Amino acid sequence: MSKESVISARQLDLTFRTSDGPVHALKDVSLDIKRGEFVSFIGPSGCGKTTFLRCMADLEHPTGGEISVNGVSAEEARRARAYGYVFQAAGLYPWRTIGGNVRLPLEIMGYERSDQDARVKRVLELVELDGFERKYPWQLSGGMQQRASIARALAFDADILLMDEPFGALDEIVRDHLNEQLLKLWARTEKTIAFVTHSIPEAVYLSTRIVVMSPRPGRITDVIESPLPAERPLEIRDTQAFLDVAHRVREGLRAGHVDD
Amino acid sequence: MKGSVLPVLTVVCGIFVIWYAAAVWLNATWAYDKAARSGVELSTQMLIADAWSQEKPKLPAPHQVAVEIWKTTVEKKITSKRSLIYHSWITLSATLLGFALGTALGIALAVGIIYNRTMDRSVMPWIIASQTIPILAIAPMIIVVLNAAGISGLLPKATISMYLSFFPVVVGMVKGLRSPDQMQLDQMRTWSASGAQTFWRLRLPASMPYLFTSLKIGMAASLVGAIVGELPTGAVAGLGARLLAGSYYGQTIQIWSALLMAAALAAALVGLIGLIQRITLSRMGMA
Repeated sequence: MSKESVISARQLDLTFRTSDGPVHALKDVSLDIKRGEFVSFIGPSGCGKTTFLRCMADLEHPTGGEISVNGVSAEEARRARAYGYVFQAAGLYPWRTIGGNVRLPLEIMGYERSDQDARVKRVLELVELDGFERKYPWQLSGGMQQRASIARALAFDADILLMDEPFGALDEIVRDHLNEQLLKLWARTEKTIAFVTHSIPEAVYLSTRIVVMSPRPGRITDVIESPLPAERPLEIRDTQAFLDVAHRVREGLRAGHVDD
Repeated sequence: MKGSVLPVLTVVCGIFVIWYAAAVWLNATWAYDKAARSGVELSTQMLIADAWSQEKPKLPAPHQVAVEIWKTTVEKKITSKRSLIYHSWITLSATLLGFALGTALGIALAVGIIYNRTMDRSVMPWIIASQTIPILAIAPMIIVVLNAAGISGLLPKATISMYLSFFPVVVGMVKGLRSPDQMQLDQMRTWSASGAQTFWRLRLPASMPYLFTSLKIGMAASLVGAIVGELPTGAVAGLGARLLAGSYYGQTIQIWSALLMAAALAAALVGLIGLIQRITLSRMGMA
């Protein structure tokens, strides 16, 4: 890999202090994410995958080790608005239209009005929501709301997209469709994507690299380079190559569970 | 709307029936006394006629109150001291001023509680304690103290209104401003939004439904405060003064008409806030 590292974690440790004693959310986690990669994090709940993502976003502060984003600290990267973050829930403001919601980060970041309009229009087209700009969130289905929240994360052209189980609450048919769209979007925008999921098929279908994690303490147990081609129709999930990768992920998850 | 006309009318009719019956029951003693003194035998018909038309009844009949209200609103000049509209306006002005002050104070305190740890821990118990003091006990003191400081007229009454109306606004706004969940606050952080941006774009709009609910309670409390504030002022003017004067001279009809006027005023004010609420929230896409 000749490409530069966009996100780089070295021996990351994070211990939460709780009333039941310390919880090791992350222990000795090291990983490099290169420009343009699509990296999925998969593992059972409590394995620290979301915590790791939140460390990248400077929403959690590691108690040990180092993390850099775009070559600077996570905090500086956040202040420079280096990434767009998509949460599990769409979190659209009910008092703003879809357009107004996508515009929100642009207003906060002080983009000019005409630029805001152009960007809102462009990203809504990107997630195939053109024509819904004036609708309110409650007028849209859950899948459409999540697409709007992705548009919002894309609106200010951050190179990095951090996604925390964005499709976790949606049914499988909608999820398949959004996965397909997300891959197209990734190909078109050439973003670096870190994607947390608990679905093996989703991780294998989307990623160029799959990071398998296990709990107590949260750590990386396997990193799998996907041999699948860049072009991925949904049918690829029935090929042997796909099933082989899925099998290896499952093995990795099982290995992490041995101590249970 | 249409479907609720019949049930509402039924209830109103029921209230009138009970009211008229109660008027006969409560005023009968006086009617019998009068009849006994003049040596007349009362028939049921005469009893009812008398009970519904006494000058100082224990409980005036609805039509007596209606006539009194008609006489003191439509047939009197607004500037007259006997006009109920004049007295209502005196009370209304104190109510509105106190409501505005109370709302401002309530919102300011809520913002302080949200953003200041010390205030969060120290102020709320005092606010709650302030409401456990009976307003009737503290109202005369406010009037006396402010009078001693050279402030009289509208402001002392408005102060009492404020004292009652800021409380629901503080409680509602603290809850409203805290209603955005952790995810929404994290989201603001990912955009590295400033505290002011988070307040104006997230916390404040999210608190609107809570604010309007509080305002309705605050408005009703404010009217009560204004009326209570008029009781110890020597009964010069206002609905409270009418109530007090009525009770001094046993003018029950006057008391009841002032009471009904106060109720109508409260209903109108709360209804007005409800209307503003509907318009605002539907413009915000939240209703």
